[in-house]
Amino acid sequence: MMERQSALLVGVGGQGAILTAKILVTGLMEVGYDVKMSEVHGMSQRGGSVSTQVHWGGKVYSPVIGPGAADILVAFEKMEAVRYAEFLKPGGVAVINDYELPSSTVAAGLCEYPAGCLEAMEAHFRCVTLDAAAEALKLGSAKCMNVVLFGAMAKALGMDQIDWEGVIAKVVPEKFLELNLAAYRAGRAAVK
Amino acid sequence: MERHLLSGNEAIARGAYEAGVKVCSAYPGTPSTEIFENLPQYKDVLYCEWAPNEKVATEVAYGAAMAGVRSLCAMKHVGVNVAADPIFTAAYDGVTKGFVIVSADDPSMHSSQNEQDNRYYAKAARMALVEPSDSQECIDFLKEAYRISERFDMPVLFRTTTRVSHSKSLVTFGEREEQEVIPYQRNAAKFVCTPANAYRNHPKVEANLAALEAYGNTCPINKLELKGSKVGVITASIAYQYAKDAFPEDTSFLKLGLTYPLPMELIRDFASKVETLYVIEELEPFMEEQIRAAGIPCTGKQLVGRMYEQNPQRLRQEVFGAAPETVDVGVEPVSRPPALCPGCPHRGFFYTMSKGKDFVVTGDIGCYTLGAAAPLIALDTCVCMGGGFSVGMGLAKALEVTGQKKKVFGVLGDSTFFHSGMTGAAEILYNKGEVIPVVLDNSITGMTGHQDNPGTGYNLQGEMAAAIKIEEVLRAIGYENILIADPQDLAAMQQAVDGALASEVPAAIIARRPCLLIKRIPHDTGLCVVDTEKCIGCKKCLKVGCPALFVKEGKSYIDPNQCVGCTVCAQVCPVGAISRKETK
Repeated sequence: MMERQSALLVGVGGQGAILTAKILVTGLMEVGYDVKMSEVHGMSQRGGSVSTQVHWGGKVYSPVIGPGAADILVAFEKMEAVRYAEFLKPGGVAVINDYELPSSTVAAGLCEYPAGCLEAMEAHFRCVTLDAAAEALKLGSAKCMNVVLFGAMAKALGMDQIDWEGVIAKVVPEKFLELNLAAYRAGRAAVK
Repeated sequence: MERHLLSGNEAIARGAYEAGVKVCSAYPGTPSTEIFENLPQYKDVLYCEWAPNEKVATEVAYGAAMAGVRSLCAMKHVGVNVAADPIFTAAYDGVTKGFVIVSADDPSMHSSQNEQDNRYYAKAARMALVEPSDSQECIDFLKEAYRISERFDMPVLFRTTTRVSHSKSLVTFGEREEQEVIPYQRNAAKFVCTPANAYRNHPKVEANLAALEAYGNTCPINKLELKGSKVGVITASIAYQYAKDAFPEDTSFLKLGLTYPLPMELIRDFASKVETLYVIEELEPFMEEQIRAAGIPCTGKQLVGRMYEQNPQRLRQEVFGAAPETVDVGVEPVSRPPALCPGCPHRGFFYTMSKGKDFVVTGDIGCYTLGAAAPLIALDTCVCMGGGFSVGMGLAKALEVTGQKKKVFGVLGDSTFFHSGMTGAAEILYNKGEVIPVVLDNSITGMTGHQDNPGTGYNLQGEMAAAIKIEEVLRAIGYENILIADPQDLAAMQQAVDGALASEVPAAIIARRPCLLIKRIPHDTGLCVVDTEKCIGCKKCLKVGCPALFVKEGKSYIDPNQCVGCTVCAQVCPVGAISRKETK
């Protein structure tokens, strides 16, 4: 039985992490894994820090993990990568969007956005860093940033037995399919 | 068989469909809301509605169960406090057909004001308690809950937690099982709760509970997983999933689905088969206390914390002392609390309040609770649904009798007004309160994700419905001076506040502008930009607390990806450096 794997997707409410997670679980289901996914709704969605967890394997019990248990961390915003770094296993992989979104506390002038988020992550984990917002804009829509990140994540996970492009076709609306496929490929290409 | 990935809440809706449920009523509240958002897909065979509050929802569902059809109501944990009155009497009177009350608890308070453990309600009200631990169990156990309700003549409290309700796991579907309708007949001795009837009903309740406990020893949702004889774990709900990950392979489990009354014979038998017995449960020692009281030694809360959500790593650390290996990257993130969205209509009201030095603002549950956050800091209290008006009343009376000159504004939203604000509005007028009631009417139930309410003109089934006008309700109560203002127009908002303060007759304020996230109405959005030549870097605009606005190199900067062009910051700028571009 395959050992349980866990992915932690973190970002700021409204960044579209849920779609990324949905593509991931749809692909995992197709190849027969047991899958569980956990998200948080309600107040934290209003511009707060949010996280979505996906777990898969032969049999999955807990839909949530504690510190030191994620195999891969996908951060839609770089300070959020630092916030959730303790959840990543030592030796785990971090896919980080080189994107800075000041929190409301920073915007109000109450504190300063920390310097060196990317460097700190790179010093401790195997990291894939990309400017997914810029990649998305190059393709014509900032909205497909989440699928760019998914492409990077899929490459980093190395699960090439799954037909991810076919999965994306099932999950996203048809009129956005070409855009999202391009986003997926751009994300993959960003991983060396 | 086809597998579907469903959240616990989606699965409960599916379970209600499959169980042949016919009448459903609820008030939204995280983490319960999606149960009812997923019911309208079955509206051909069941009736579902948003009620004005949880007490009404419970009464509607209970009335249907009296009348002979299976019924469902659902609410968040604190909603059960609102609904407790009919629940306790329903437990005495029993049912004609199955009646299930879903309580979605919120350990760790992801979106709540406390983390009360509602399992105690079952014990206190004397009714059955059923707890699923994943989405398949949400379907299967709900069907069993209806069978229990009918066989033992009692309501069933169906308790989830955030991680049961909001986690997705794989399920397979069954067919809908239509239930025989019992034609309605008056049964006053059962359903009229006079003291004499209640006196006669109580022994029946106790006898039914005793019979249910015996049933629990063999019922299909209490499961024994015998592995080794060294360690045994008694657990239920989401804690089962955590414990399965945290304990070694050879651990034996007694996994309970019916958790009140506890099947003590089964528990005693399980305890005798293992050397060390653990009781693993999130929050309070609900099961542990009862198991200990039955004289069965066990280990639980002396190791496992009674606060906050559990997880496998935390449990392993608490039970076995095994700390997880983690990495400290050495950079401290700053907090990222939720904030009022860019363009939120509440911002203009709270900004106006933040300028009044003698204002006391008693708030309520909803997006507008975020008016308490920096830099607005324009909220003094938030207690519960409806408390915005009545807590303000008590505060004002205390200030009045002690001669402290402050002005109290009682604040709540449109859905909250219909939930339990109307009674507070009556209280203020009837008892001559020095409180100005303010309804922040954004025309939707916002924080829970946009549900309709009696003011919006639509119902849960997607039909047009009566739109009850808040100003007409307030006028009928006796507020003669009702000031309606667009909170995004700061001058108009200020004028309404000044007008209410100067009013010689009872006054109320309605700050009215629809939430920008409502999809069915068009919004006039745009983009504000800062003229850096004109900006003097005074940071006055930062005081409106907009997440799209911050300082870059000494000047104000507006993030074009977040800004919607509401112009509240532009109205605050003393030098006219911010203007709106019409394109977006």
